[in-house]
Parts: sequence; structure tokens; C-alpha cells
Amino acid sequence: MTSPVISFKDYGFQYMAQAEPTLKNINLDIYPGEKVLIAGTSGSGKSTIGNCINGLIPFAYPGKSTGTLTVDGVEAEKSSIFELSHTVGTVLQDTDGQFIGLTVGEDIAFAQENECVLQDEMKQMVKRVSELVDIDHHLEYSPQELSGGQKQRVSLAGVMVEAVKVLLFDEPLANLDPAAGRSTIELIDMVHERTGAAVVIIEHRLEDVLWRSMDRIILMNEGEIVADMPVAKLLAGNLLLQHGIREPLYLTALRYAGIEISEALHPEHVDSLVLGAEDKEKVLNWYQEQKAGIRTGQYGQELLRVENLKFGYTPDKYNLQDVNFTIHKGEMVSIVGRNGAGKSTLAKLICGFEKPVSGAIYMEGRDIEKDTIKERAERIGYVMQNPNQMISKPMIWDEVEMALVQSGMPKEERTKRVEETLKVCGLYSFRNWPVSALSFGQKKRVTIASILVQRPQIIILDEPTAGQDYHHYTEIMDFLKKLNEKGYTILMITHDMHLMLEYTERAIVFSEGRMLADTTAAHVLNDPKLVQAANLKETSLYTLSLACGIKEPQTFTECFIGYEKKEVR
Amino acid sequence: MARIAILSYIKRSSPVHELTGTTKLIFFIAWSVASMVTYDTRVLFCMLLISVAVFKVSKIKIRDISIVLGLAAIFLLMNNLFVYLFSPEYGVGLYESRTVLLTIAGPYTITLQQLFYHLNMTMKVICVVPVALLFIACTDPSEFAASLASIGVSYRIAYSVSLALRYIPDVQREYHNISQAQQARGIDLSGKDKLLTRMKNSVSILLPLILSSLNRIETVSNAMELRGFGKKKKRTWYMKRPMKRNDWLTIGFVLMILIVDLVVTFWDGSRYYNPFL
Repeated sequence: MTSPVISFKDYGFQYMAQAEPTLKNINLDIYPGEKVLIAGTSGSGKSTIGNCINGLIPFAYPGKSTGTLTVDGVEAEKSSIFELSHTVGTVLQDTDGQFIGLTVGEDIAFAQENECVLQDEMKQMVKRVSELVDIDHHLEYSPQELSGGQKQRVSLAGVMVEAVKVLLFDEPLANLDPAAGRSTIELIDMVHERTGAAVVIIEHRLEDVLWRSMDRIILMNEGEIVADMPVAKLLAGNLLLQHGIREPLYLTALRYAGIEISEALHPEHVDSLVLGAEDKEKVLNWYQEQKAGIRTGQYGQELLRVENLKFGYTPDKYNLQDVNFTIHKGEMVSIVGRNGAGKSTLAKLICGFEKPVSGAIYMEGRDIEKDTIKERAERIGYVMQNPNQMISKPMIWDEVEMALVQSGMPKEERTKRVEETLKVCGLYSFRNWPVSALSFGQKKRVTIASILVQRPQIIILDEPTAGQDYHHYTEIMDFLKKLNEKGYTILMITHDMHLMLEYTERAIVFSEGRMLADTTAAHVLNDPKLVQAANLKETSLYTLSLACGIKEPQTFTECFIGYEKKEVR
Repeated sequence: MARIAILSYIKRSSPVHELTGTTKLIFFIAWSVASMVTYDTRVLFCMLLISVAVFKVSKIKIRDISIVLGLAAIFLLMNNLFVYLFSPEYGVGLYESRTVLLTIAGPYTITLQQLFYHLNMTMKVICVVPVALLFIACTDPSEFAASLASIGVSYRIAYSVSLALRYIPDVQREYHNISQAQQARGIDLSGKDKLLTRMKNSVSILLPLILSSLNRIETVSNAMELRGFGKKKKRTWYMKRPMKRNDWLTIGFVLMILIVDLVVTFWDGSRYYNPFL
């Protein structure tokens, strides 16, 4: 038996600034050439494990550790971040933030430059590695000009210039649209095959990672390992749900239909599922039962109407054209499409940050072309993706009150409004807290509150759940759902397909500055042409329904969502 | 995203672009020293001609850098104005003669000597500005750090400088986004409010901007360390280009100018060329 390349023995770690240890009793061996997924909610310690392996802990983030960690036979604590970087190549979560070089070539060569490798050798190495990950035609580009998937290729090439034994990926799928996420997983798989390095992926988007086979899943919870087992075995149990990780959709659907998930079903992939005739029968029956109950929603009057909108940052190229849609009172609608499709631009036009070249936007039938940003803001609220970009006061109360102070509202009325809003947002008990004491999800709620306090008729949210694990995702989305039930109209920009399916009935699809479709959320994902054009990804429900002989996969998806809404929530 | 490029690398092919970053940096430093040291009108005039010629050769157009030129002109004008307001007789003392052309009021007269002093001062700035702009506009940012390091600056400092330059457009974009979102919350930055309110308002943009920049710094410094930055005393550069014949010629030329400049300036023991004696 070969010796492990990474070995944790009774390992524990406590960050210097924290009162409680973040990792406890970690015993984990990773062998050369293995593919391991580390899953867990945020705060479960999964990223901390990654930081221990690559040496950021304890060299960049000091703290107290117990037990031992050896990486490639060397005790990590006695090594250095530089030495470890020869064994472990790390691809960080934030693809944009980790680019150092100004061009792709430079960025790939960065590690070699630091090793004082001669220029000729360096150029050869860059050529070889970039061919391997298929980015060799973009060496002169600036990394910022690339698409999300291409950026991942560059980051990967950058760590592959060293002959590393472990490739560590910290949430590689965050911020990627579904199709780019899928090709990233394929890329990792290909690199694994060609280099034979061990692959460690830290991620909570389980179904997406499992698009390619993994050897093992390590499930983390509150700093401890709660499961370390083959994929099939973990999927068969109910440990995932217990610890706030979403299991693949097709398995949830099977459970709803009354099928027990066992290892014999081969639950690792939707394609590998072995369903007997009896199982298929169960799925079909469940489908027939649910199909009867589908009904379509009724909406109020027209609220926002966009007509023939056209816009370009430069006169010779349009970033958005031929946009037409109507939003009704009380609706909750998704705007989907790949990164750069024009979704955020649309939001900016509606809020008045940018002026359209032609076309018009109506609120309750009135053209708002002449309204200023401030006037529009009284009716249209805009919540940015990153709450840290919005919060500008140190105290929660002040932050929420800000817009009202600016508008010159009298103090008494302000207090009443802020209190009311904080109650709606579940922040009332925190009202005198500093913002810095809140978690990311809570900060997000503060930003939503600071918009709600102006009583807008419609709220536009840019990627409301980006980078959130299932637990926080559910928390934010349930909150939005409640707001929607209270009568707020909500428009969400997202590339999260689960979010679109689960929470919105209607979706508007964008691709390359054009509106491709305005239809039901379920329909979007079951139309292969739409899926491809918008860089989306069909869900595994689609595949499952076909496997069970259901001819209308779209209705099957609708049944699934309807069932979840009715029975589970 | 609207482009707000004020001054950045402009990619063209010209003899100036082909020079290595190191050469351009040395040229820029030597040139600045030469023009700062001297007040000799003859030398300044020659340098002025050369810097205009170099500008022509570089294929950079006036309109590419019009904003910066405008700013430089305003600065120059203010500088001249204040020098005159505070010491209207400075040139008289300097050139030890007094030829009054016009009397305005009180101590403010216009003398030929003062005008000549202002002319020299202005020429000094006009000599340096095109060369400084060319250095930035014609040096590939990728080469920037390498060229700083090659003249002996520690590569850590060199790299920080080039990273800082690189983040300017990112930070501008972020500022733009944040300010839009804040405007939607009733913060007016358009200038209708009083100065004090406006200053208070800009704080509400700066706080999130600073926090997000700090985040960015943490990420990039982790990424750099994880790939071995700072491990060795030296490093090599992927983008560095070898010195060619023209590089050596250019460096030789600028050193010659510097020497001639120093000799002519200090030959008679004074930095000033005095036509009035």
C-alpha cells in the first residue's frame, strides 16, 4: 500500500482571533491520484482544511494547531508556504481576484518567474501547459477579457507549471454559469487523468461536481468530519440533508416517488442510475398523481413594461437590443443567461444608471424616461450582488435609515418605518448592532432592508444567492419568498438554475444582448435549444423523466417543483 | 462599462514602443534630472525640440492624452500665476537688471526679466511632460515591473507598483458601480448639494470601496504567496525583452545630453543664462 500524500492525524486548528477551534479531531488520509470531494456548509471548516493543506494556515493565517499534518512526508508546520506550493497547487475560489499577471502568458509563468527559471525555458513550459488545458490561443489576452470557464483554465495552468502532486480547488464553481461549471468539472477530470495528481475539490454544489466521478466524499460539519465514504454510499443515506447539503435533484425526485435510494441503484450520476421496472412504475404513478394538481397563477395588473429597449456602451456595438416584456404586480421573475449576456445592464437601465439608445420603460403605464435615479429609486429598488459594496454605515440602524434621512423625512416617521422594515427582515433584535458583527447572509438582508425602507413597488436583486451554501441560500430565498407573498414584486438576476426553478414561475432568458425567451421556468430548462443558446444546463430531472419513459419532461419538472412547494415547505 | 481611461498604455508600433522598458525608464529619469537642474534657456530650447521630435516618432496622438495635457496646462498656469503673485520681482533679483514694460498696481509691475524667468520655468515643464507621458503611454504595463527591477529597485516594490497601476481601472469600475447604487438610495453627488454634504456623501462611497479593495488585496497576496512570490532574492521576468542596439544608442544619447546639460549649466558657476548683462 502506498503512503498517503496528505495525512491529518488527530488534527485541530484554532484561528488566533477566534474563541473556538475551527477544526476538531480531523483524521484524514488522501492517497496519490485520488479524487476527493470535501463538502459542507459555510462555517463547517471545509475551506479551513484546504488552507491547512496549502500552507495558508499557519503561514498567512496564524493560529494554534494540535495533532499532526504531513504533506508529502513532510510535517506541514515545519515546512513553508513556498515549499508546500511545490507539492500542492491551489486554485482559489475567486477567479478574478487571483490573477496576478497582466496577460494570460505572464500569469501562467508567475510561479516560474519566482523560481528564477530562465526566460526560454519559461516560454516553453507555458506553451506546453497552456496546450494541455487548451488556452494556448489566448496567451496575449488579459485574463479579464476571458469567459468564466477560460479563466478557470488559466488558473489551472498557473498551478500546473509545477509538477504538483495535489491539485486543490476551493469552490471552483462559485460564480460560474451552469455550462461553464460543467466544463470546469470536465477539465479537472481531464487534468487528473493526464497528470495523475490527487485532486481535492472543496465545494457545496454537490450535483455539479458529481458530473464526473469522484472516489470519495468527505462531509464536514462544525469542524469535524461526519462522513468519509464512497459517493454511492453517502448518497444512499440521509447524512447530506441532515447537514445542510442539497442532494442531487434526481435523487430527491426518486425519494418523493417513494423509492428508497440504495447503493445498488448506482446513484452517483443520473446516467448511471439502474431503475427497475417497478421503480419506473412508481415514478410514473407519482407523476400522474401530481400532474392533476398543477395550476397556473393569477397576477395583478401591469407594473413594469419594457418596450424595444436598445442600449450600447459604445455607439458601434449594442449590449442590449429588442427587449420587450411586462412584469405584473406580485410576480417573482428570474432573469437568466450566461455571464455578460446583458442581465445586469438591463437592471441598470431600469434603475436609470444608464440611458437607453432607444425604447422605453413604463411604470404603471407611465413612461419614466425623464425620472432621475433618485425618483426611480422610490419605486424601483436595486440590491447589488455583493453587500459589502452597498453597506456604507457602521451601524445597522443607520444603514437602513440612510435613504430616509437623505429624503428629509421627519424623525418620528423615520423611526417607525425603520422599525417596521427591520421587523419584516428579521433584523429587529440586531437593530443596535454594528454591521461587522453579521454573517454574509445577514448583511445581505441588511442591504435588502435598506432598499425596502423606501417602499419600492419592485425590487431587483442581482445574484441574490451567489456564493451561498444551501442553508444560507434557503434562508435568503425563503425571506424573499415571504416578501413576495406580502405583495412585493421581485425581479431576480441569476444563473442559478435551482433558484429559478424553485422560486420563480416565470423566467426571461438573455443571450448576447438579446432576449431569447419569456416563458415558464420549467420550460426554459427543458428546451435543449434554449439551454444551449443561453449557456444553461438542463437539470437531471429532465434526464430522469426521459429514463422513466415520461414524454413531457417539462411537466415532470413542474410537478417536482409543485410538490416541493406543497409538501416540503 | 463605460471607459474612463485617463492615461494608460497605448499599443502602437513605433521605434519608441520597441525600446525596452528599462531604456525608457532611464531616459525618463535622466531627462527629468537634466531639465530640473538647468535654467539655461539655450539648453532648454534644444531639449524642447528633442522632446517634441520624440513625441512625433512615438505615433501617440495629442488627442490620446488630451485630458492629461489639459490638466498639465492648468497646473502650469496656476504655478505661473502664483509665482508672479507672491514674488513679482523675482526675475529682477535673479538677472540683476530691471526693464519695466507695464505698471499694473502697487508692487505689481511687469518686467522683461520676470517674463524671461517665467518663460524658462514654463519651458522646463514643457520639456518633461511629453517624455513622462510617453514613458507611461509607450511602456507595456507587463514590462513595467521588470524595468523598475532592472535598475535596482527591489522586485517586491517594483511588483507592488505595477499591481497598483493595474488595479486603477478595476477600482474605477467599482467606484462607478458603488456610486450608482448609492445614488439610488438618495445620495446626490451631482453637485447640487452644499460642499460639506457632498463630502459627507462621498464617504458613503469610500467606505465600501476601501473594504472591497482590502478584500481584493488579501486574495491577490494569498494567490501570490501560494505561487512562491518572495521566496528568492531574485526572480526572472516572462515579459522582459533583451536590450538591442537602439536601446544602447538611446541610453548613450540621453547620458550625453545630461553631461552637456550639466557642463553648459555650471560652466560659468550659475544655473541661469543671463542675456541682460
